[in-house]
Amino acid sequence: MNFRIVFALVCRYLFLYTRNWVRLAEVIFWPTMELVTWGFLTRYLEGRMGVAEAGPFTWMLGGVIFWDVMFRSQQGVAISFLEDVWTRNLLNIFVAPVRPIEYLASAFGVGLVRIAITVLILWALSWIFFSFNLLDIGPSLVPFFGSLLLFGWAIGIFATALIMRFGQAAESLAWAVPFLIQPLTAVYYPVSIMPGWLQWIALALPSTHVFEGMRGVMAGAGFSWSHFAWAALLNAVCLLLAGLFYHWTLSTVRARGLLAKVATN
Amino acid sequence: MKDAPVIEAMHLHKAFGATVALEDLSLTLRPNEILGLLGVNGAGKTTALNILLGLTTPTRGTLRVFGQELMPNRVDILKRCNFASAYVSLPGNLTVGQNLWTFAQIYGVKNHKAKITELLELLEIPHLRSRVTGQLSAGEATRVQLCKAFLNDPELLLLDEPTASLDPDISDKVRKFVRSRQQAQRTAIIYTSHNMRDIEEVCDRLLFIHKGRVVAEGTPTAVMTLFQQESLEDVFIQIARSEAGDVFGAAKTAK
Ligand SMILES: Nc1ncnc2c1ncn2[C@@H]1O[C@H](COP(=O)(O)OP(=O)(O)O)[C@@H](O)[C@H]1O
Ligand SMILES: [Mg+2]
Repeated sequence: MNFRIVFALVCRYLFLYTRNWVRLAEVIFWPTMELVTWGFLTRYLEGRMGVAEAGPFTWMLGGVIFWDVMFRSQQGVAISFLEDVWTRNLLNIFVAPVRPIEYLASAFGVGLVRIAITVLILWALSWIFFSFNLLDIGPSLVPFFGSLLLFGWAIGIFATALIMRFGQAAESLAWAVPFLIQPLTAVYYPVSIMPGWLQWIALALPSTHVFEGMRGVMAGAGFSWSHFAWAALLNAVCLLLAGLFYHWTLSTVRARGLLAKVATN
Repeated sequence: MKDAPVIEAMHLHKAFGATVALEDLSLTLRPNEILGLLGVNGAGKTTALNILLGLTTPTRGTLRVFGQELMPNRVDILKRCNFASAYVSLPGNLTVGQNLWTFAQIYGVKNHKAKITELLELLEIPHLRSRVTGQLSAGEATRVQLCKAFLNDPELLLLDEPTASLDPDISDKVRKFVRSRQQAQRTAIIYTSHNMRDIEEVCDRLLFIHKGRVVAEGTPTAVMTLFQQESLEDVFIQIARSEAGDVFGAAKTAK
C-alpha cells in the first residue's frame, strides 16, 4: 500500500469540502434532525414514566449517535466511489497506478473525517439540549466505535461493488442497505423483544453486539467482553466476505466491459 | 536493432455475450511511435483501448506491455502509462491546480510544481491554474486533461478522440503539443480519432479496424496508395461502405 496515493485521494475530498460548504451540510443536517426527534421522544417517555425509571431511555440517544457512526462509515465508502462516477473521473483513477486497497483505504479515510464531524456535533447537541453526555460511556466507546466503523466499511465495500456491477441504477440500493439492517440490529430496542428466530439473525450482525454492549454499559452492567469478541469475529468475517465480493465483482466487471460504461455514461 | 516493443498484442478477441467486439486484433507499438486507430462507430476501437488499459479483459489472445503481461503487473505498468479521453473528465468541483496536484501525487511526479507549470505554459493555459475545472470550456478542459496525461512523462500514452469537440484552432494547438512533447520524450502513443486531419498530421502509422479486425495497416500515404484513394477520408468511406469480404481481400494484398 502506497500512503502517498491514499493521502492524495483523501485530500481530494477535503478540497471538495473546502470548496463546497453545502456538501458539509449533509453531514450535519440529517444526524441533527434525527437526534432532535429521538431527543424529544426520550423527554416525553421520561415525563410519562417518572424520572426514577426513565434513566435507561437515554440509551436511545446513544443509539442515534452509534447508528450514525455506522451509517456515515458506510456512506463514506460508497460516496467516495459515487463522487468519481458523478464527476466522470472514475476512468482516470482506474487507469492510474492505484491499487483497489489504496482506493478503499482513501474511502475509509474520508469516512473517518465525516464521522468525526458528525459525532462531535451530535455529542455537543445531545449534551447541551438533552443532558446526555456521550463520554459518560467511558473508554468502552473506543471498541464500540471501532467495531461500528469496521462494519460500516464492510457494508460500504459491498454497496460500492453493487454500483460498479449494476451502474447508477444500484445507487438507491446503496442507500437502502443500511436501512435493511437498521431494524434487525436493535439500535433503539433490545434484542430480547424480537421473536426468537429473528434474534438469531440480529445476533449474526456485528453491530447488534455493539448496541447490546452499549446498553449494558449504560445500565451499569460493565463492558461485555463476549459481545466485543462476537463483534470482532463477525466483523472479520464480514470484511473478508465484502473484500472477496469486491474482488470478484471487479473481475466480472472487467469481463463484461462495464468499468468503462459505469465511468462514462 | 529496433527498440523493444512497448505493446505486443497477439490475436486479441473480445466477445460480450453474442456480440463480438474484437474478432482478431494484433498490434505492435514501438517507442517514439504514434499509431492511429481508425474505424467506423462500433468497429472496436474503444474496446481495444480498454483492453490495453486493463479495464476490460480479452476473451482470447495475449497482451504484453513493456515486455510484461498486463494484468498481473497492472500497477507497475500503469505507472509508466497515461490516458486522456474526450469522454472522461477531471472532477469539476476542484480547481485545475488541485486536480493536477492529486494526479501528480498518484503518479509520484518529482518536482510536481515545476512540472505542472511547464506543461500549463506549453499548453498556453497557465492562467487556468486556480480556476474551477467544471467551469472550463471544452477546449480548456481538454488541454487540462492533456496536462494530466503528460504529468508522469509516460512511455505509453493512450488518447481516445482527444480533439473531439475542439475548434480547428485549438485542435491544431493540441496536435502540435502532442507531437512536440512526444518527440522530446520518445513517447509511444495510440491515438483514436474521427478527424482524418488529426491522423494525417499526428500519426506515423495507422491501423484501420473494421468489424473487430485489422483491415489495413501502414503509413497514411501507404494506406491511401493501397486503396487508390486521394485522401484518408475516402479510404474511410470505402471501408465503411464495403462488404467485409472486399476489405479483407484488400488487407491481404497489403501484406
Ligand atoms: N460492455 C459492452 N457490452 C456489450 N457490448 C459492447 C460493450 N462494449 C462494446 N460493445 C459492442 O462492441 C462493439 C464495438 O464497440 P466499441 O469498441 O465501443 O467501438 P468503437 O469505439 O470503435 O466505436 C459494438 O458493437 C458495441 O456495441
Ligand atoms: Mg469509441
